[in-house]
Amino acid sequence: MRHATAATETMENNSFTVTDLYKICTHCERLSKKDSGVRIPRPLGNGPSRFIPEKEILQISKVDPRTQSIFEDAFAALGRLDNISLVMGFHPQYLESFLRTQHYLLQMDGPLSLHYRHYIGIMAAARHQCSYLVNLHVNDFLQVGGDPKWLNGLDGAPQKLQALGELNKILAHRPWLLTKAHIEHLLKAEEHSWSLAELIHAVVLLTHYHSLASFTFGCGITPEIHSDGGHTFRPPSVSQYWVCDIANDNGHGNDLEEKRGSHQVSGEVEVLMERMKLLQECRDEEEASQEEMATRFEREKTESMLVATAEDEECVPSRDVSRHFEDPSYGYKDFSRRGEHVPTFRVQDYSWEDHGYSLVNRLYPDVGQLLDEKFQMAYNLTYNTMAMHKDVDTSMLRRAIWNYIHCMFGIRYDDYDYGEINQLLDRSFKVYIKTMVCSPEKTTKRMYESFWRQFQHSEKVHVNLLLMEARMQAELLYALRAITRYMT
Amino acid sequence: MFDIDVHSLAVCLSHVVLGVSTSVCHSLLWSNLNQGPSVIITQDSGELGALSSPSCTSGKWRLRGPPLLFRAMEKMSRVTTALGSSAISGRTMFCHLDAPANAISVCRDATQVVVAGRNIFKIYGLEEEQFVEKLNLRVGRKPSLNFSCADVMWHQMEENLLATAATNGAVVTWNLGKPSRNKQDQLFTEHKRTVNKVCFHPTEVYMLLSGSQDGYMKCFDLRKKESVSTFSGQSESVRDVQFSMKDYFTFAASFENGNVQLWDIRRPDRYERMFTAHTGPVFCCDWHPDDRGWLATGGRDKMVKVWDMTTNRAKEIYCVQTIASVARVKWRPERKWHLATCSMMVDHNIYVWDVRRPFIPFATFEEHKDVTTGIVWRHQHDPYFLLSGSKDSTLYQHMFKDASRPVDRANPEGLCFGLFGDLAFAAKESLISGDANRKPYPGGDRRYPIFFFKKPDLTEQFAHVSSALSVFESSLESRRMDWFVKTARLYLLSGKPFAELCDHNAKVAKELNRPQVSTTWTMLRIMFSDPANLSTPGPNHIGKLGTLPLMNSFSMKEMGTESRLDRSKGESRQDNIHLEPGNSLINSNNDENEETEGSEGQAEYMFGDAELDDDDLYSMEHDNQAAEEQEYTLPQEAFPLRHEIMDNPSAPEHLQQDKADSPHASGNEAEVTCLTPIESFSLISISQPLFSPHLPVHFFCPVVREMLSHYAEQGDVQMAVSVLIVLGDRIRKEIDDLTQEHWYMSYIDLLQRFELWNVSNEVIKLSTCSAITCLNQTSTTLHVNCSNCKRPMSNRGWICDRCHQCASVCAVCHHVVKGLFVWCQGCSHGGHLEHVMNWLKSSSHCPAGCGHLWEPAFRESFAKLGERSIAVEDQHQDLGGTMEEHSLSPQKGQPPTPSNHSHQQAFQLSNQNCCVVY
Repeated sequence: MRHATAATETMENNSFTVTDLYKICTHCERLSKKDSGVRIPRPLGNGPSRFIPEKEILQISKVDPRTQSIFEDAFAALGRLDNISLVMGFHPQYLESFLRTQHYLLQMDGPLSLHYRHYIGIMAAARHQCSYLVNLHVNDFLQVGGDPKWLNGLDGAPQKLQALGELNKILAHRPWLLTKAHIEHLLKAEEHSWSLAELIHAVVLLTHYHSLASFTFGCGITPEIHSDGGHTFRPPSVSQYWVCDIANDNGHGNDLEEKRGSHQVSGEVEVLMERMKLLQECRDEEEASQEEMATRFEREKTESMLVATAEDEECVPSRDVSRHFEDPSYGYKDFSRRGEHVPTFRVQDYSWEDHGYSLVNRLYPDVGQLLDEKFQMAYNLTYNTMAMHKDVDTSMLRRAIWNYIHCMFGIRYDDYDYGEINQLLDRSFKVYIKTMVCSPEKTTKRMYESFWRQFQHSEKVHVNLLLMEARMQAELLYALRAITRYMT
Repeated sequence: MFDIDVHSLAVCLSHVVLGVSTSVCHSLLWSNLNQGPSVIITQDSGELGALSSPSCTSGKWRLRGPPLLFRAMEKMSRVTTALGSSAISGRTMFCHLDAPANAISVCRDATQVVVAGRNIFKIYGLEEEQFVEKLNLRVGRKPSLNFSCADVMWHQMEENLLATAATNGAVVTWNLGKPSRNKQDQLFTEHKRTVNKVCFHPTEVYMLLSGSQDGYMKCFDLRKKESVSTFSGQSESVRDVQFSMKDYFTFAASFENGNVQLWDIRRPDRYERMFTAHTGPVFCCDWHPDDRGWLATGGRDKMVKVWDMTTNRAKEIYCVQTIASVARVKWRPERKWHLATCSMMVDHNIYVWDVRRPFIPFATFEEHKDVTTGIVWRHQHDPYFLLSGSKDSTLYQHMFKDASRPVDRANPEGLCFGLFGDLAFAAKESLISGDANRKPYPGGDRRYPIFFFKKPDLTEQFAHVSSALSVFESSLESRRMDWFVKTARLYLLSGKPFAELCDHNAKVAKELNRPQVSTTWTMLRIMFSDPANLSTPGPNHIGKLGTLPLMNSFSMKEMGTESRLDRSKGESRQDNIHLEPGNSLINSNNDENEETEGSEGQAEYMFGDAELDDDDLYSMEHDNQAAEEQEYTLPQEAFPLRHEIMDNPSAPEHLQQDKADSPHASGNEAEVTCLTPIESFSLISISQPLFSPHLPVHFFCPVVREMLSHYAEQGDVQMAVSVLIVLGDRIRKEIDDLTQEHWYMSYIDLLQRFELWNVSNEVIKLSTCSAITCLNQTSTTLHVNCSNCKRPMSNRGWICDRCHQCASVCAVCHHVVKGLFVWCQGCSHGGHLEHVMNWLKSSSHCPAGCGHLWEPAFRESFAKLGERSIAVEDQHQDLGGTMEEHSLSPQKGQPPTPSNHSHQQAFQLSNQNCCVVY
């Protein structure tokens, strides 16, 4: 519980950042070393995110009493306050909904036993090599009495969970390939079969952790202090310390960076706003033909494939997370490549609000409601600001982002003009979205910084939330549709 | 409705008949049709009742009291044809569509139906035996998204006019009169998102209304190129819009956020009224075709609600709970209380509900293999034909007579045990009356008024199930559960050495006159104690024989009630009036409510021969007792002999035990368990000690296990659990976990029913089943309001976020109470349990100085609490830190009692390990 205590102190002592605390600790380190020979670990990362300066994150919780009380609740419920929550603290309304849902999924009544839930979380996170989430849930898994043997790999887990591997793989990377047959395979009455309710629970967990992995990478969440990669026993050398600090914009570099950014891309925001305004006005005049609309969707779809995702530059060191999943070569393949054609998923035929919700709520009561609230919260969240501008209607932009992600998964809205996406989302942003949604482990700090340079960190986190929820909904829609087809 | 002019009863008699339901006695109505030959109106009891309801101002029937004169006004000109002349005929049939349907609609004369979906837009002719494809409206090489229909509507005035709502936001009208292949007439692309619904005005030819995902409703004049007015719901997406059938200017709109709005078509600036109808989206709404004020709504929350809109605030008058989210709802023509629903997901059936009986569908159509997406009654005055389209690409015509009636398959029996062993049993009246031969009602069966000479169409009403409720009371002695309560209170389950616990419990049982139980405890002590302690004499000297309370003997006390649910009070009253008031027949119309109110003591008549039954039961019981007594005596002779031979210091004890147990010795399992050890020993080793000290303890385990199961089966789960706890590890392994859990659960349930929270908590705590112990960890949250600002305290239990005051300050020490807080309900002062207890030793006034004299009862309860409170503190510490924030919690399902409750109940140990102050 050492780390937990530290977190409490953070809350009560908001004038200190976590690093500050540990600085004091290092100060004491020598003393204690002399006394008892205990080695005190030192945090490696600076703050909860590699991308966002620590000060900015903690400032939020200092200013907003609501955030603070949510943090307190989260701490009371889990006995820890993870970095994800800290970063999400930028958007307390969402955070509240998020934590409530997660708490329900992991702790409250449900068809699956507790260690199964955490194990499924591990499976899902491992699919994206998200060592952060894997470590977090390995701890939880052991804490609720899970069998450590399972952690040696999927082979060590019960056959029932092994059967879930395939679903996990498909959902994570190519959900559109999910068919009734997959569901049938899991549900067929055998010894290791799943019940429908269990399956829904598992699907919700899988999608939750896939998308949470996206968020983790997208915001550059640093490992928790107590987990691997979160701390070191090496005494800090002065030079290293400073390098580290500068790299994270943690000190003086901040202003410089800011200035540089605004110089380079001044007017980026204005251009975007201008376009939004233009689109709003001319929408009624311009009457695109049906064919035109259809081709626009196709174009956006194909273009999204051309957006190169990978700049293999920074490889996240993983604590051998690969052993939790099979077939590591299976990754995101672009939705419709030449040769294999998958029919477009029409949201008007199977939507979350009408169909998905009912199915989930029927088989896993209350979760439909919680997810619904979370989706709505993410979709409708707005402060009517854009960078430094106030009173901006951002609904268009948010819808464009949401629909672009669904477009990458082959989900089409009949009533949306996909031409808007091209107008509103520039290339660097698309690269970021695509990477984050399809292969989040490849997200780099450079990508994070290169889009929307004038926007604030909280807005970028907001974008991340949108991406995460849109992705989760897309996966859920495919999974639930397959289940519905199985049921009928 | 039909145009009816009924002049008088005499006139009516010369014309046509209206059936009336049987057990729901209703008036008989006759009518003739103005322009046509005589025509039957309806037979449904409900419908008639409503027609004659005085509340129905626009109604067709008005009551003129005793010369029974009815007058129906001709209201609507649009109804021109009577069904009598152009009756629809057909059968249940279906046809395959090429693609899933999203919506269907019929033309006015019920001869054609249009089916629309993402990939289909066709018109089918309805013929006698089959559907015939008439027209494919989906033309062109590459059909655009304008053809992808979310909804379709056929104009009810103009038979060539259709409107569709497209998923891409377009509203399209179609003119079938066009000579070209493409019948598209007008195209409105004003909506930005998917249009969910289009609706023509029922009487205006050119008025079309649309509701869209973008939150707007638009009214179009088909003679113009664009919308005439736009209505902004100011909330979320519009799911349904419906013009009122009666109010020319009114329409209703339902929204995704659960609201329903009423608009005046002339006032686009704001809605007339708005109310929240459902949690989650309201998918559909439908105005009652006859009743101006009724609106049915269906939502994702699986409910159908009927709202009375005539009052100032929309009033929910009926609510039907379905099993899946409700996608469409349509009132059944000519049936005031019937409506059809289909669901959005999972459930493929179409249900027709009688809203007055919301628990079971009136009729079900089960043909579809995938969700039904559109339902429509074929003719607006014909209740027998229902058309439906589905995602499974079929179009069905359902005949009402082919519907399945779930009520026929329902099981109208119910059985329930009361706390004191009473048994209530409800069953179909026919079943009971058949057996019991009960007396008929004086004056004939009044439920069937004599002047009905036409049998109603039985298929058109709810199956009448009148059920009789019998309550069997357990006999006086066995009814008393004092022994249970006392035993539960007095037993010691832990905290002392094993032998002492057994002795104590044996003593308790003995004092309560339960020798068998007492002996069992003593024996357990002997079996499982250290052999060295054996010689200590047990305290049990059983004076007289007792019997276990018999749970299964009942004396029958009948409480007859009839439930006839398919009438409302109102209509039956109505009937009273316009039939002959004062006639005894009328009384039978009163429904059950009135009966229980005392207007009619029906119960007295129903079970005329109750005494007879009683006697039967009693005599049977006597027989049993006699038999038992016989068994009693036999072993008493048999056993002592054996034991007298034994040269054992503890022999007398066993002798007595044998005596006590002997009543059941005749082959009953229990006796075996109790006696086996002794018996076997006495046979094997006559001159030796009863058992050698070397005998391993687990030697007895099988016997004890059987004994426990016996007790449990006999209904004395208390004994089973108590022994289980006291023996602990000695026996635990012998009994499988599920059984243990089952016993624990039963016992805890019983304890809680008797409000023995302390004991039940102790049991939970002492149990070793993980499933039981975790009961202590659940629902440990108590929501408290700040005593200063009366707002809920969200974060901590003791300091208020809003007014920054400590909510619960101890009146004695003036510190914040973070754990157990007790207070007087008279003056609401209180404090730390310990402090208050100490205070009460010296003073009887409130320590806060408010001058309130604390009630004697309050003080007494402290005295009683004395011992317990130590346990409280202990448990409190068990829970540790979490206690302070969360665990002040009331008993599950036990809302804090209002202060008028006696103070003696003020202190309860809930099963969540803390003292709850009510």
